[in-house]
Amino acid sequence: MIAHVQGDNINYLKTRSGIMNWLVTVDHKRIGMMYLASILCFFITGGTFAFLFRLELWSPLKEFLTPDQYNQFFTLHGVIMVFLVVVPGIPAALGNFILPLQIGAKDLAFPKLNLTSLYLYWLGAAIALWSIVAGHADQGWTMYAPYSLSQNPAVLWMMVAAFFLGFSSILTGLNFIVTMHNMRAPGMTWYRMPLFLWAMYATGIMQIFATPVLAITLILLLIENFFGIGIFDPTLGGDPLLMQHFFWFYSHPAVYIIVVPGFGIASEIIAAFSKKDIFGYRFVAYSSVAIAIIGFVVWGHHMFVAGQSELADSIFSFLTFFTAIPSAIKVFNWTATLYKGSIDLKTPMLYALQFLWNFTIGGLTGIILAILSVDIHLHDTYFVVSHFHYVAMGSTMVAFIGGIHYWWPKMTGKMYNETVGKIAAWLVFIGFNATFFVQLIMGSLGSPRRYYHYWDQFQIYHQISTVGLVILAIGLFTALINLIGSFWNGSVAPANPWGAKTLEWQADSPPVLYNFTETPIVTHGPYAFETEKA
Amino acid sequence: MDNSKTFWLPEKASTFVDIVDPAFNLYLYISYFFFFLIIILVTVFTIKYLRRRPDQLATAQITHNLTLELGWTIIPLIVVMGLFFIGMKGYLHMRVAPAGYMQVNVKGQKWAWSFEYPSGAVNDTLVVPVNTPVKLALTSRDVLHSFFIPAFRTKADVIPNRWHALWFQATRTGVFPVECTQYCGTNHSYMLTAVKVVEADAYSEWLATASDPGKGKTPEQFGAILYTKRGCSACHSIDGSKAVGPSWKGLFGRQENCGAGGMVMVDEAYIRESMLSPTAKVVMGYQPVMPVFQGVLSDREVVALISYIKTLK
Ligand code: HEC
Ligand code: HEM
Ligand SMILES: [Cu+2]
Ligand SMILES: [Cu+2]
Repeated sequence: MIAHVQGDNINYLKTRSGIMNWLVTVDHKRIGMMYLASILCFFITGGTFAFLFRLELWSPLKEFLTPDQYNQFFTLHGVIMVFLVVVPGIPAALGNFILPLQIGAKDLAFPKLNLTSLYLYWLGAAIALWSIVAGHADQGWTMYAPYSLSQNPAVLWMMVAAFFLGFSSILTGLNFIVTMHNMRAPGMTWYRMPLFLWAMYATGIMQIFATPVLAITLILLLIENFFGIGIFDPTLGGDPLLMQHFFWFYSHPAVYIIVVPGFGIASEIIAAFSKKDIFGYRFVAYSSVAIAIIGFVVWGHHMFVAGQSELADSIFSFLTFFTAIPSAIKVFNWTATLYKGSIDLKTPMLYALQFLWNFTIGGLTGIILAILSVDIHLHDTYFVVSHFHYVAMGSTMVAFIGGIHYWWPKMTGKMYNETVGKIAAWLVFIGFNATFFVQLIMGSLGSPRRYYHYWDQFQIYHQISTVGLVILAIGLFTALINLIGSFWNGSVAPANPWGAKTLEWQADSPPVLYNFTETPIVTHGPYAFETEKA
Repeated sequence: MDNSKTFWLPEKASTFVDIVDPAFNLYLYISYFFFFLIIILVTVFTIKYLRRRPDQLATAQITHNLTLELGWTIIPLIVVMGLFFIGMKGYLHMRVAPAGYMQVNVKGQKWAWSFEYPSGAVNDTLVVPVNTPVKLALTSRDVLHSFFIPAFRTKADVIPNRWHALWFQATRTGVFPVECTQYCGTNHSYMLTAVKVVEADAYSEWLATASDPGKGKTPEQFGAILYTKRGCSACHSIDGSKAVGPSWKGLFGRQENCGAGGMVMVDEAYIRESMLSPTAKVVMGYQPVMPVFQGVLSDREVVALISYIKTLK
């Protein structure tokens, strides 16, 4: 409606400029770009806090932060990175932009709802940051009672924020699922859908079913706070473990909300840059869905030393091992996809391959945490910190960055500098692994997490980790400057710079307002590459 | 046996080492195997099938291979089920204390530990005899904490209003660090203590003196001991420096501004009230985080602490 005035054949960036037109747009591409910009800003903010407290950890003594500041910084870091970056990240930014293009649709099923989720996200983000900063909150992203309750009203506000963010996430998930059911182009059967979309589908299911628990927790906290009915607070006769159950009932599925979209991106990039059909497409597609389902029944593995019964611990351990299987299947399938391919080590592929490396370590370290006897030793040490950074940063964020490079020409119509992109990818790889691998060793040697002060014997590990972060930061900024710089000095992107087969590459770069001038008709699978004639 | 730390694991000092370390090491080899398998395959494929001409295509499109895929579903499944059983078996052993254990009650509070023996002894480090099963019953006076002894490979969360248990059997004498591993606020990383493992006769000797700590001491001397043993030192300094709580230096006789409570002159009654119901009057500029010592300190201990505070001019 907005753009018919100017005609449908102008690219979406140019249809109507001006900040107001962006703020009221219902175009999935513009909304995706606004999400992308917001998420990257939060990523830089969250990263800055990490940088500061890692510098503080250079020695066991005080560098420049007090213990309270250190605690507030890791809280800010964790909350921002989890709730504002990796959980919404890939679906909200890249999913929004790419999903309608990949199924050959004009937009999402509910464009206005899509804009609503963006505003809910901004609102939630503002409340979350304000509550921590104004409340000097330092309860960590896990918000365990009763410590967190002493931080009120910060925790109540945090839950209000989580409520809005959760709603935003539910609406996005719902929108995606409905769109995939109803708006596929002619010929786009379920099994012709790119794997990125299967990942979006699985993520959507988890968003819709897990996130309401946040709202329930909020209501219970409000009841406790205003009516003095003990639910979580032991001084009122409540049970602090109940809060952990609620928290992980949401947050374990959330870890898969975080990583499954990364799987989707990795599949796209690996296929495109080896010019190969993904090996075992159906196994890869189903395994995303399997993870989404099993992910709901394993939350108790975060509470093996928290005072659960032996029976509960054993059942949760047993079930957790099953989540490892779909993850392993994917890794093997991606590896097999490379076989007999035509592999091009362009920047996105470098990210996809380091994703594979990091995710292998992230998955393997997850399995050891599910071994009950060993987890008693490893729980709440740096080992766990490293495990989830290998998955959340090393896998999800690395895939996200790879995806941004991969779709950058489509999103902006510009090519970034390939050499600089590759250098940045290598710096990210080296920096990330230097930062986090030593944390595995330090953790299994018994170094607890969230420690401002530590034993002298761990200093060398902390220092390597800090140096690693410096390298990682340089890599990330190089990548960012390279991407942003392409607006000015990048060459014009062709419609399909990588020779990929999925539908988004049939649209112009950048796409016109309604994506395709003619509705595409799909006659083959997403990775129907030709082979070399003998 | 070599008890020193290895590349991955800390020093060894309990029977649980024989449960946790072999499982950890077995898994380490399994993960080395899978990690290198993947990385080598990826590297080899990447080098071998690298695109050399811009228009080069794949040499084959292999969409799937059911045998292979079932293989890499079923083999990992068998491996993880094995790991599950190893883990559960070890864990059940680690959770159920054998008959004939001795028990110590452990209380965590921000940011100190206290250990209470059946004989009435109370101490700020844990002293136990070697080669004897010891069961710890843990509880917290305020927020969650977690009791972790890396050298013993065991830990358990410490929960208010609830007793959580942990047991171990030390295999050699020595002093081993104890850390709080559940985030509990400002000084979480200073919530450290130690387990001191001694021979049986040294233990009995220690217990006898510890059970009657005030014996042969003046109240002032006894108060000085309680200052550290009861964890007051975590929040109160005696040299005038401000910490989580006000310093005790020059406290007695001082005028304190207690906000709504008005100006208060610090005397015996006020100090007693501060210990037994700390929130009755909260000193301006401080948070009401002091634990309640009602029912924790005996009358004799309260008197000793007051006498000690009086000496800090
Ligand atoms: C978790 C930290 C903490 C611990 C442990 C702690 N206190 Fe306190 N204490 C405080 C704080 C904070 C205040 C000031 C606020 C208040 O009056 O409640 C305080 C106040 C006091 C006062 C009043 C001081 C004044 O200036 O008026 C006394 C006396 C006192 N504590 C005694 C003790 C004794 C005795 C112990 C050990 C048995 C102890 N405290 C352990 C935190 C602590
Ligand atoms: C191979 C599959 C995985 C298994 C078997 C697994 C297992 C575990 C276990 C048992 C824990 C609890 C450890 C403890 O606290 O002692 C844990 C923690 C965690 N894992 Fe995983 N994990 C896997 C994959 C992932 C993925 C893909 C993510 C996603 C980003 C992830 C993120 C986390 C987070 C955030 C924590 C806890 C963080 C905290 O306590 O603050 N894990 N994992
Ligand atoms: Cu989990
Ligand atoms: Cu602690």
